[in-house]
Amino acid sequence: MTTTTTVPVRQSAVSPTLVLVAGWLVPGLGHVLVKKPIRAALLFVSIVSMFFLGMMMHGKVYSATNGDMLDLLGFVGEMGSPLLYVIAHAASMGGQVLTDTISDYGSKFAVVAGLLNVMAAVDAQSLANGRKESL
Amino acid sequence: MSHFAALVVYAFFASIVFGITQRTESKSMIRFGATCFVAFVAAAIVVSWGMFLLKH
Repeated sequence: MTTTTTVPVRQSAVSPTLVLVAGWLVPGLGHVLVKKPIRAALLFVSIVSMFFLGMMMHGKVYSATNGDMLDLLGFVGEMGSPLLYVIAHAASMGGQVLTDTISDYGSKFAVVAGLLNVMAAVDAQSLANGRKESL
Repeated sequence: MSHFAALVVYAFFASIVFGITQRTESKSMIRFGATCFVAFVAAAIVVSWGMFLLKH
């Protein structure tokens, strides 16, 4: 009895690693590189809106340097979208401490936006290397 | 922003990303995104009522 395995066929001229890194740095850019502009626009708007709504709700911009493990986890989540994190940090957006429930929600918005960006970047890489079918 | 509005906004944006990343065809993306949105909101309402009933 023989078994068949499906070997992914690379579908993009752009390196999947480059697509992954580009999608990680700028939300939706990975999908632009694999020629999926509508998906890219939807991802960009969703992730950027979610992150900055979080900042408007006085969500916390986490730092990796204060030694708190929970802050470190928040930092890792927000670094899922480094461009947005750097902008928020440079513009002193958000809050430094959680003052109320809404600011806690805001922090979750920012962290989840970063994590969703990682999902989007991996999806773009999967499209580029053929692991995900490109329709 | 009310707590419910925050929930709806969160569910909306997360569902868009889930739909795009977890399905391959446009129609199934929309269907899956809509399912996720309804599931997010419904689960939050059920859990909220659960917590309310536990407290009272």
